[in-house]
Amino acid sequence: MRPHRDSDGDEDSGTAGIVSGRPRPDRSALTVTDLQVRVGDGDDARLLASLPHLDVRAGACVAIVGESGSGKSTTLHAMLGLTDGLRVSGRIMLGDTDVVSAPEKTLNTLRGARIALISQSPQSSLNPTMRLGTLIRRVLARHGIRGTEVRQRTDDALRDVMLDPDLLRRYPHQISGGQAQRFAIAMAVALRADVVLADEPTSALDVTVQAAVLQLLDRLRAEHGIALVLVSHDLAVVSRIADHIVVMRHGHVVESGPATDVLAAPSADYTGELLAAVPTLGE
Amino acid sequence: MTDGSPTQAPPLPVTATGNVPVPHSASGPASAPRRGRVRRLLGWSRHVGAVVLILIVLGAVLAPWLAPYPADGTHATHPLDTLAGPGAQHWFGTDAVGRDLLTRVLYGARTSLTVAAAVLTLSALVGVPLGVVAGYAGGVVRDVIMRITDIFLAFPALLLSVALAAVLQAGTGSAIIAISVGWWPWYARMTCVAATTIRTRGFVDSARCLGVTRTRIVLRHVLPNAVTPVLVQLSLDAGGVILTSAALSYLGLGPQEPTAEWGLMVQQGQDLFITDWWVVAFPGLAILLTAFCFNVLGEGLRSALDPHRELTR
Repeated sequence: MRPHRDSDGDEDSGTAGIVSGRPRPDRSALTVTDLQVRVGDGDDARLLASLPHLDVRAGACVAIVGESGSGKSTTLHAMLGLTDGLRVSGRIMLGDTDVVSAPEKTLNTLRGARIALISQSPQSSLNPTMRLGTLIRRVLARHGIRGTEVRQRTDDALRDVMLDPDLLRRYPHQISGGQAQRFAIAMAVALRADVVLADEPTSALDVTVQAAVLQLLDRLRAEHGIALVLVSHDLAVVSRIADHIVVMRHGHVVESGPATDVLAAPSADYTGELLAAVPTLGE
Repeated sequence: MTDGSPTQAPPLPVTATGNVPVPHSASGPASAPRRGRVRRLLGWSRHVGAVVLILIVLGAVLAPWLAPYPADGTHATHPLDTLAGPGAQHWFGTDAVGRDLLTRVLYGARTSLTVAAAVLTLSALVGVPLGVVAGYAGGVVRDVIMRITDIFLAFPALLLSVALAAVLQAGTGSAIIAISVGWWPWYARMTCVAATTIRTRGFVDSARCLGVTRTRIVLRHVLPNAVTPVLVQLSLDAGGVILTSAALSYLGLGPQEPTAEWGLMVQQGQDLFITDWWVVAFPGLAILLTAFCFNVLGEGLRSALDPHRELTR
């Protein structure tokens, strides 16, 4: 395996920073240091994911790519503190709070309000017994947002994701996959989350809707300064919006660097294989 | 039978307009309207079942005002008017002590429906929370709760109810407790299975990712989704509870005289069935009709509570 390349282009070791063609904001939204997620105890312990360093700044997009079982979704869930039954070490700083050591009560106040997840199955991520309006109202109420502000934030968020407010009267099964994904994004926007984790957000959508959702995410992070962590197995999707790419395999980072560099001249063979697997027209 | 050799289909006749008439077959287009008629009929049966059930409930509630001889529903006897057949004076006839059977059937509805409502409420109040907690928590909590329910489920429900009713003093309250003890574990098990499935669903994960607490996840996300099959089962079970209550009364372990109860009435009339059929037939029909209506209502509820019904219509 070839050595990793860090944000400055130096060859090293799994350290990832952000280099972006867009203006580089100063504020660090999420910092991961020496993260290791294991399952089991003692000799039976198995490493699921390892991330030496990652610094996601406001308004930036970091993509974590890799095949199924590479540890990218585990890493994402560790960022949310949702690692039931797993052993997590290292530090995940969300502002001043270390997600790894924070109690569940603290994490519950952070989840949604500071860090939100957009899942790969938009419709199954919405409670089928609740109307969309009830869903968003209850989530906002959970974070202390009540009264006229609920209406204001909901309207603003729906406008941001270009959804009709009439949709609030519908149940999840009455909307399309694309609309469900937009609604999930709208909830994150309404909560004004600093960091949005998107776990294969387009994998369940058709190609045209994929493009629209990616454009939406890209626009929102630029407009609202949202730090976006995008997980995908598809480099074609990643190449459209990522500033920085972390390539994972078997739980380890095999390559990390600015998106332009990783896509143009991959240093790891595995990244080359992933790039070769991207279908192109005429093949 | 074919001999394996290719056979040539006879040419289809062509109509004057040049169209080829399509033969009617079970799987052809003709079956679609038939299926539609069957579906409409089933839809109507649900409505009819609900209406009849409402009438039965109204009859039970308004029994003191609707019954032609209200005193017969509680304590009165008429030794000079025994075993009179159905007629203008007594539409359902009279029983062995001269009580008006229509009155007794109306009052009997009060007892039977009260027992059904009490048993189902009690069973659901115990079984559903235990099942939801077991299913959502999983692990040791689920194992402990489910093993306890297994102990109860190891006994045949009716046998357990009969044994308990025999230990307790015969009466309506005893029948309710005796039947409930054998009934709640089914709801606990059913809810546990549903909650176990639901806790792995995406929307529960999403709720956690949005900072919703475990208690709220259980109450607002798991319970409403797990309770739908239980609601349907409750309505389907109402008939079964009435039949079990009738069985206990029949064995002399349920409500006792002079309480009007359908099972008790059937038990008291069994020796008269050949000569005075009405004594058994009307309370028996009331049991049958009520159990049937509850089952039809349960099916209707199952369909109505399906969140995807609008897509499958």
